[in-house]
Amino acid sequence: MGKTVAEKILKLKSGGDARAGDIVISAVDLVFVQDTTGPLTVREFEKSGLECLVNPQKTVFFLDHAAPSPNRQLSTDHILLRRFAREKGARLYDVGDGVCHQTVAEALAGPGDVVVGADSHTVTAGALGAFATGMGSSDVAVVMGLGKTWFRVPETIRVEVSGRFKEGVSAKDLILHLIGLIGADGATYKALEFGGAAVAGMSMSDRLTIANMAVEAGAKVGLFPADDVTRRYLEAQGRVGDYRPLAADEDAVYEKTISIDAGGLEPTVSRPHTVDNTATARELAGTKIQEVFIGTCTNGRLEDLAVAAGILKGKKHHPDTRLVVAPASRKVLLEAMAAGYIQTLVEAGAALVTPGCGACLGIHQGVLGDGEAALSTANRNFKGRMGNPEAFIYLASPATAAATAINGHITDPREVL
Amino acid sequence: MIKGKAFKFGDNISTDHIAPGRLAHLRSDLPRLAEHVLEDADPTFAARVKAGDFVVAGGNFGLGSSREHAPLIIKMAGVSAVLAKSVARIFFRNAINLGLPVLICDTDKIDDGDELEVDLASGTINDKTNGQKLTFSPIPGVMLAILEAGGLMSYIKKYGGFKMGDA
Repeated sequence: MGKTVAEKILKLKSGGDARAGDIVISAVDLVFVQDTTGPLTVREFEKSGLECLVNPQKTVFFLDHAAPSPNRQLSTDHILLRRFAREKGARLYDVGDGVCHQTVAEALAGPGDVVVGADSHTVTAGALGAFATGMGSSDVAVVMGLGKTWFRVPETIRVEVSGRFKEGVSAKDLILHLIGLIGADGATYKALEFGGAAVAGMSMSDRLTIANMAVEAGAKVGLFPADDVTRRYLEAQGRVGDYRPLAADEDAVYEKTISIDAGGLEPTVSRPHTVDNTATARELAGTKIQEVFIGTCTNGRLEDLAVAAGILKGKKHHPDTRLVVAPASRKVLLEAMAAGYIQTLVEAGAALVTPGCGACLGIHQGVLGDGEAALSTANRNFKGRMGNPEAFIYLASPATAAATAINGHITDPREVL
Repeated sequence: MIKGKAFKFGDNISTDHIAPGRLAHLRSDLPRLAEHVLEDADPTFAARVKAGDFVVAGGNFGLGSSREHAPLIIKMAGVSAVLAKSVARIFFRNAINLGLPVLICDTDKIDDGDELEVDLASGTINDKTNGQKLTFSPIPGVMLAILEAGGLMSYIKKYGGFKMGDA
């Protein structure tokens, strides 16, 4: 009987058979925290009696959620994390380096790895074929000290994607559509595994967007095969040595298979206050938006900024709608500057902020006012998410975001292409 | 036997309702963060909840972030257990790791303000207000072992690592 991608990785890393439903103790290849979960992780680690990091160079601290810090408390948390990382020999990515998940993809994770992060969007690295999942501070502290953790091997839901996206439709629309279809708990405790003809031709940027949001359906991991696209991506990051092919067996056993025709998808939007509350951009046309936010681990990559710049070139955002742009990483920012996308976006009136997470989770750099509505390329629209429980968040693709910034209300991007 | 009052919440109560990101600066000052527990779902909850009381929620409780501060401040508020129709994966694991029981049961049968008695050993919930008796799904073996040890850190101290026997 064949194995899913999740079962294959956990078999390799646990030494057991690792069938869905089994409990395994698995080695962990990469463990990380960020600045809002890291302080508790450090305190738990210090309480635990664990003293050394089992693998310091694969233990990573990211200062990205409050970057640069907006207040003294978070600045003091940063001091704690820098000091702990230095004392223990861990790797540190400091303010301005960008969102943890983007850096993990660019520089740290590879196919077949088990990755554990104190951040729910750790699932992003599933795009590279890594069994990557978010955990809390206590679990992560134990991984830092022991180099392993326990997992229940998840059942897998196969998502088979055929066809080609129509113009103006992208990976974000696909994942929003899927979550609308199966619900915000449609994959709880499960693995989502993506495959099919459309996936084979899908860029790493698109795969990262999709894997990133697996957790918004409750999934433990969102997995892609490691194939030529993966190899080329790793090669471009200067680490082709991390590549190894990985695919599910032909006779793998799935809990169920969901088939989606990419060609049948429309620009899709999640309405307040849950990600599964989806509609098409066309259905929501005319909804007034005060802030458009383009960025995050979901859609802050070079390809996303290219799409937004393509639509906004020579135009200005609507006078009643501010435009905030946060590239996902320093590398993305540099490449977007070299390609002219930053020039275009700033000329269109964008407020450019430091690569990081601040606006997405409501710490700073784009907090909403009472009664305001935002359209964001991020992954969550829960009540209070962008810093104000009296505000409203719509989620959409970079193309829909750029079109909405121009018109000041939710706009199907095909109207401006 | 745990006794307390039910505080009812709906479906899809996220970690942002429980411990919002705008209060990230209080995460190293947990007593102050706990004053805001569940604020975006019920701003009066923190002032009303008493030691032993229960959070009684609908489906998919605790979805969203991995922030362990969410179950931590629920526990700090005195809540003795979370009862829900279903619970998100990371929240479930975090709560058990902190020694906060999460019990999966049909919470439609419990009303806000009901007086409950929960027997963890027998897996039963007695709603003293309406007289109904409910059962909850058994907690998976490995998680029960962690819960019984008093949480993950106590478990690791006791055993020095994970034991396969709990599987």
